[in-house]
Amino acid sequence: MTDDAAPDGDDTTTLTLEAFADTIVPGEKRGPDDVAIAGAAPGPGAVQAGALELLGMFAPGISEALDGYAQGVNEHALGYARERGLDLDAALPPFVALSYADRAALVRTLTTPGHPEKDFWVLLALFCNMAYDTAAHMHTTDALAAGHPGLTAMGFMPPDADGLWRFGAFSYGRELASIHPDTTSTGSPS
Amino acid sequence: MSSPERADVIVIGSGFGGAIAAYHLAAGGAKVVVLERGPWVKTDEFEHDFLLGSSYTRVFDFVVGDGMSLLGGNCVGGGSVVYFATMPRAPRFVFERKGSIGRRMWPAAIDRDSLEPWYDRVAEALPVRRQGWDVVTYSGGVFAAACDHAGRTANPAPTAIDNDLCTNCNWMMSGCRFDAKRSLLLNYLPAAVAHGAQIRPLHEVQYLSRTDDGGYQVHYNVIDEEDYRVTAGSGTLEAKIVVMAAGAGATPVILQRSEPHLGEMPHAVGRYFSGNGERLNTAVLNEDKVAEVLGLSRPDGPAYGASQIGKGPCVASWDNLDGSLPEYDRFSLEQLYFPPGLGTILAQTPTADGRTWFGPEKKEMLRRWQSWLTIFTMSEDDNEGVFGPPPATGNSVRISQQMLGRGNLGYVPTANTLHGWEISDAEAKRVMEKDGLATVLPWTNDLVGAYTVHPLASCRIGDDPGTSALDDRHELRGHPGVFVTDGSAVPGALTVNPALTIAALAERSIPGIVRALRDRGVDVGYGAPAPDGDTAARDAVLPLVRDLVRE
Repeated sequence: MTDDAAPDGDDTTTLTLEAFADTIVPGEKRGPDDVAIAGAAPGPGAVQAGALELLGMFAPGISEALDGYAQGVNEHALGYARERGLDLDAALPPFVALSYADRAALVRTLTTPGHPEKDFWVLLALFCNMAYDTAAHMHTTDALAAGHPGLTAMGFMPPDADGLWRFGAFSYGRELASIHPDTTSTGSPS
Repeated sequence: MSSPERADVIVIGSGFGGAIAAYHLAAGGAKVVVLERGPWVKTDEFEHDFLLGSSYTRVFDFVVGDGMSLLGGNCVGGGSVVYFATMPRAPRFVFERKGSIGRRMWPAAIDRDSLEPWYDRVAEALPVRRQGWDVVTYSGGVFAAACDHAGRTANPAPTAIDNDLCTNCNWMMSGCRFDAKRSLLLNYLPAAVAHGAQIRPLHEVQYLSRTDDGGYQVHYNVIDEEDYRVTAGSGTLEAKIVVMAAGAGATPVILQRSEPHLGEMPHAVGRYFSGNGERLNTAVLNEDKVAEVLGLSRPDGPAYGASQIGKGPCVASWDNLDGSLPEYDRFSLEQLYFPPGLGTILAQTPTADGRTWFGPEKKEMLRRWQSWLTIFTMSEDDNEGVFGPPPATGNSVRISQQMLGRGNLGYVPTANTLHGWEISDAEAKRVMEKDGLATVLPWTNDLVGAYTVHPLASCRIGDDPGTSALDDRHELRGHPGVFVTDGSAVPGALTVNPALTIAALAERSIPGIVRALRDRGVDVGYGAPAPDGDTAARDAVLPLVRDLVRE
């Protein structure tokens, strides 16, 4: 991009990846100037849950590809906009300049069977999702103690004081169906 | 140059197929070395933690293929460390299946009756127990009640879980911290070690070659304990007999890579792969309807709202396991739990114009996660999986430090397989949506293809050399002294959880391996009791193998 107002490389990558993560698990904007988060859903989403932190970890194996991811989805966004005659804000990375509906439509295209880069984009989506619903970049006990947005929204119940989970109440404790008439003495199908 | 280390038997992999072989052969007097690609994780290292790098990612192998992804164990104990310990025997009709070849696919020597004594051996060893309703979890209970409401039966499934130790933490896919799950770490493997077997973790076998005296060389890489993409060394071992039990996603890959060294492989190596006809649906329950329609309640909370609580699947519904039905019309439905991450991204939710796995509607679905109930189908697929050329090392190109890789399995479901999924989806929907109980949709196959936790049949037993890689004693055709005892040996989908059948087949294969060792001059016998010393099931099989018992 040549526009003087465009963000520099690091910002472009961050904004673009935030916008991608926000497409997978959308959240509310962090402030009035937030352009990465589209504001498509109430409450914090994948970005607030730590998607960028997770993507930047060494363990997932894609940290060195993040600039490439951002560049790639921005190129796809330009093509998407061109095909539809959309006028994008040149001050923003092209993917960030798309509306949520257009971001989602593009992500759907990139992750649909038959797209030559499908595996590449599914991988990014997988880790964005995991930042929200697994908090895979944090110890789970720490994530719960910190009120991690995803685990908290899902109602993930906390552990005992030693950090291990135990559920003393776990059963309705009564027969709830007839067993199959041909069940063998070992409890298996006949 | 020093000569390679030698053993009588090298066992590749330490899941059911490997651990059972290692125990019996070591107890019988053979020098046994077990090579396991994954780490040896002890009980107090099994963590309740989703952090990447915790035991959850250390012990799993998730390989994405073309049209099918495989989830399997990657540690000492293999699948038994990560499984849910649901252990039904396969229904009688399964052994009569014809599948894609138009004639009975199992060897003539094996049917349900002939396998029973070997099922009994495993059931005694682990042990496997019939379960009562008192240990059925809320999720199993709500599924059972829904089945009953829809006119179906439902059974507490037999399991290998010590209920006195189980805390219903639902972290059993990370390995059991409480030794409640009767994995192989608690029976066959320590017993094998007590008899002198050596287990070498982080040793990933790459290929086999021949020795001049008719034995085999096993070539391995040593894997870095944290970053599985890194090779920390390599080496070679020699043995008279090789038992391959690297799992249905890896055994055929090792054999494919061995072909330039060993000569032509049987046609069925890396073909006829089955995903056990597996399919997943997620039901999001309406808590009010659970109370109103099913009459269920919990003392302090919603009527259900307990997705997180439990021990994997507890209840299975077997009404469609009817041998009089046509092939591909038979399936079981089972209540299941998957932790967040792999268990959530593929779940779909309705939208105004269809369904989606991401976006605002999915986020709202996640908000109701405690009301999720996963319904697991095991049906009859068509053995349509085929492995492409092997990757440079291992069974995949590893993407992440741990767990995630890209493999070469191709799977294009046939009309028969799609039919099984379609009718089981419809039945899951009928049962769970009746009277407004839930909203049900299948997991998407668009992202990683279909998804199996029970890969099978990629190097299978049979009587027909054209469609089976192994004879009915599990010996690789054309390569005497190589035996395959893992899930890849199972001929096809079982319509139920396969671990007990894999283990029973492994038990059944041992006398033949003992005979092969004796033929090669190794002084070895058969007849070890169960790992804890029980003898009833052992005594029952001895008449079947009398000539192998050491007096």
